Amino acid sequence: MHRLGCLATLLLASGLNCFASSLPQTPQRDEEILTTDNAVGRYGGTLVVAQRSEPKTLNPVTAADAPSREVIGRLTADLIHINRASQQTEPALAKSWTVSKDGRVFTVKLRHGLRFSDGQPFDADDVLFSFKLFLDEKIHSPQRDLLVVGGKPIDVQKVDPYTVRFTLAQPYAAAERIFDGLAMMPRHLLDKPYGEDKFASTWTLTTPAAEIAGLGPFRLKEYVPGQKIVLERNPYYWKADRSKNRLPYLDELVFLFVGNEDAQTIRFQAGDTDIISRFSAENYSLLSKEAASRGTELFDLGPSLEYNFLVFNLNDLSSKNLSKIAAKQAWFQDPKFRLAVSSAIDREGIVKLVYSGRAVPLWGNVSPSNKAWVDATLPHPPRSLDKARELLKSAGFSWRGDGQLMDRQGQPVEFSVIASSSNAQRSKMATIIQDDLSQLGMDVHVVPLEFRAVVDRVFQSFDYEASIMGLGGGDADPNPEMNVWMSNGGTHLWHLGESKPVTEWEAQIDQLMQKQMVQLKYKERKHLYDQVQELVAANVPYVFLATPDILVGAKKKLANFKPAILDPNTLWNVEQLYFVPANGSPPRATQ
Amino acid sequence: MLSSMTRSTTSGRKMIAVSVLLALVHLAILFAGFLAPADPAAQNRDFPFAPPSPLHFIDARGHLHLRPFIYLWTARPDSFNEYEESREREYPVQFFVAGTGYKIAGLFPSHTHLFGVEGPARIFMIGTDNYGRDQFSRILYGGQISVAAGLLATVISLALGSLIGCISGFYGKWIDESAMRLAELFLVFPWLYLLFAVRAFLPLHISPTQTFLLLITVIGTIGWARPARLVRGIVLSAKNQAYVAASRGFGASDVHLMRRHILPHTYGVLLTQAALLVPQYVLAEVTLSFFGLGLSEPNPSWGGLLATLQQYNVLVSYWWMFAPALALVVVSLGYLSVANAFHERLQSVSS
Repeated sequence: MHRLGCLATLLLASGLNCFASSLPQTPQRDEEILTTDNAVGRYGGTLVVAQRSEPKTLNPVTAADAPSREVIGRLTADLIHINRASQQTEPALAKSWTVSKDGRVFTVKLRHGLRFSDGQPFDADDVLFSFKLFLDEKIHSPQRDLLVVGGKPIDVQKVDPYTVRFTLAQPYAAAERIFDGLAMMPRHLLDKPYGEDKFASTWTLTTPAAEIAGLGPFRLKEYVPGQKIVLERNPYYWKADRSKNRLPYLDELVFLFVGNEDAQTIRFQAGDTDIISRFSAENYSLLSKEAASRGTELFDLGPSLEYNFLVFNLNDLSSKNLSKIAAKQAWFQDPKFRLAVSSAIDREGIVKLVYSGRAVPLWGNVSPSNKAWVDATLPHPPRSLDKARELLKSAGFSWRGDGQLMDRQGQPVEFSVIASSSNAQRSKMATIIQDDLSQLGMDVHVVPLEFRAVVDRVFQSFDYEASIMGLGGGDADPNPEMNVWMSNGGTHLWHLGESKPVTEWEAQIDQLMQKQMVQLKYKERKHLYDQVQELVAANVPYVFLATPDILVGAKKKLANFKPAILDPNTLWNVEQLYFVPANGSPPRATQ
Repeated sequence: MLSSMTRSTTSGRKMIAVSVLLALVHLAILFAGFLAPADPAAQNRDFPFAPPSPLHFIDARGHLHLRPFIYLWTARPDSFNEYEESREREYPVQFFVAGTGYKIAGLFPSHTHLFGVEGPARIFMIGTDNYGRDQFSRILYGGQISVAAGLLATVISLALGSLIGCISGFYGKWIDESAMRLAELFLVFPWLYLLFAVRAFLPLHISPTQTFLLLITVIGTIGWARPARLVRGIVLSAKNQAYVAASRGFGASDVHLMRRHILPHTYGVLLTQAALLVPQYVLAEVTLSFFGLGLSEPNPSWGGLLATLQQYNVLVSYWWMFAPALALVVVSLGYLSVANAFHERLQSVSS
């Protein structure tokens, strides 16, 4: 029977695609397929994308690095998904969901008749199993934190084979957004290794393709170490277009490992890859010069959600042997000193020299493109060396005859800024800041370090004075920012591991962030989050610098390409992408 | 006979030309402050990657000017790092203008620069870099670091080399044996990787002077092996000469023997070695700076200037960023032809 179905599909999808590797299954009557509203495309083709480094794993529960998540995102699907274009939640594997009045109980109805990419059925048991994995403390999933609300993990109950009930310990704003990116895992493949405590070592890059199955538009075909990873169409994918063609249109999706951004640019220029994203404004101008002649199109989508900032080391160093840095903390801890630095930095210069104008200057933690949450009333003071000098003077600093800034004890103000040497933009920002602050009489040294060395110093050893870092970019909602602003948060970079807030304003931020998390009304939440942004801007724990634009490019013949500001910018609708044939005939699906 | 005469005169003339060129380059680097129109660290944030300012003699109205002039660069609207000349006003090039302070040869403070133009225009002889810093001034100042590093490292290396080579050749036996094995070890060691490892252990920030001293010490110390082996060979043959034995017979001390009778034999070789080593060490400094082991921003050095070319878009878009390489080629070829001439002279003397 199954074979007969295959044959029928073969006949239906006739024409050029007769010999394609895996053809989509025709929708069955009992399948509750999601119909997309994209332009109807045609089957076939291989999409090639470059990645700077290899994924470390294919395990959706343990993956933490961006390359792994980019590949895994195409292999798996979630219950409720954030539409990258509209930034709103929409049903995915869940057909629908209801929320109780107090905002604590979510009842999720699953689509009927869905199958994993190996043909096995998907139901509520798989959902329960997946959440068990994400919540297991022994597995250390990076998503676990999000699933712990009010100190208690989310409670997951099966109501019937196609209904699951989630109960939260306390109301949680925009709770449906936490389902985004939580991959639903096949219980039939992983229950055994999980029972044997071997889950963490499953689904590595060398796992045979047959042992990996997901609900994403593609499934693993081949991994060539050091070269590429090849995905092929998932013939059981649960989306179809208006004309009932099962998605995706593409036969294959290839991730090439190219090493660095310049190599990525050259490969795109040479036509080896079809899409380029996350590249610098300089390379953008370079590529856009010949875009027309090479049949490519480049898009500047406007500011991303990422924020780059200068952070001073305010960590408690009493247990560390870093007395030199501890002595300088007397300056860093003074908000006036930080405000003076902020006031002296030429943000327009950074936008111009570092990003060739494809960025916006930043004075707060929320990017202006995050329109729902940005505090529009936040002041944007222009660069003023006079104001900076006034602030320093009022904080007890003075100037020596040669212009060098001295502190109260008569010590010259001198510190180093570490920045990742692999991130050309951050090193450039450091050089500009060095020049800006030298005009205040501060002696600043730029120390480019390997990225891992920077991370180690900032997160572990605290052996640094100031650093240029970047954060954000995941979601537009304030909740993923909890660990940045809560004084006990894991990314509370300026002072990690505070057992209780050290300053008054940090205590206030803690309270506001807690309140906004349980507040369900958008207007109230916005009001609370505005106050957080104001406190942050007034006390400058981070000296915000700039938010770069999202720049992407693609071959012109790639249709349905709708890049978005949210990550993944280009491949979020990969199932809808298709190639328009070179002879220019109108795009039609082979029926 | 005749042909060898003409060959020696043409090579002599070539030698003079090369020496003059080398001397000019060194003078230019020594008097960088005077020749450079701008402070090498001064950023002009309105002019990133501005191309070299063309010198004009005929203005937009067709009038001829005897004094060359330039036009102000203005950024093309809706573009970045693309410029056009604003033809509204000419800015004549002026000589002996007052500008930012500097020290002549690092000693005497001065404000006079050889040439310049009136503000707001700026003269960029070889364009600007990413921060709008004048590339011409940076190459001159960068030369101070790179060439001085080459010269000082050569001195260190030759001093160490002749000391060890001389002792090793003179005393022989186990001293010779161990010194020469050590020399071989130094010759085969992959130094670049070791230096990367060493940098990781150094404190985060070391001052530019410290970095510079560290750099020349490292480059100079590593290079002692080759001159030491050459010196040892000469010492070996010289110490068996009859006049050395005679001097020893009259009761001369070892130090006297080495200084008066043996070391003078090595001067020719040392001079050739010096001319060979200087460009090699300038290149070593450039290599280290290129990989970020040299002086940190904003201090220029040729390797640091060339490091910008690691970025693909700079490599293909801004040709004037290659200019430091040209300076490097001139200096290296200059020294190498001087070394060649020394070598030929030595051979003709010995034959």
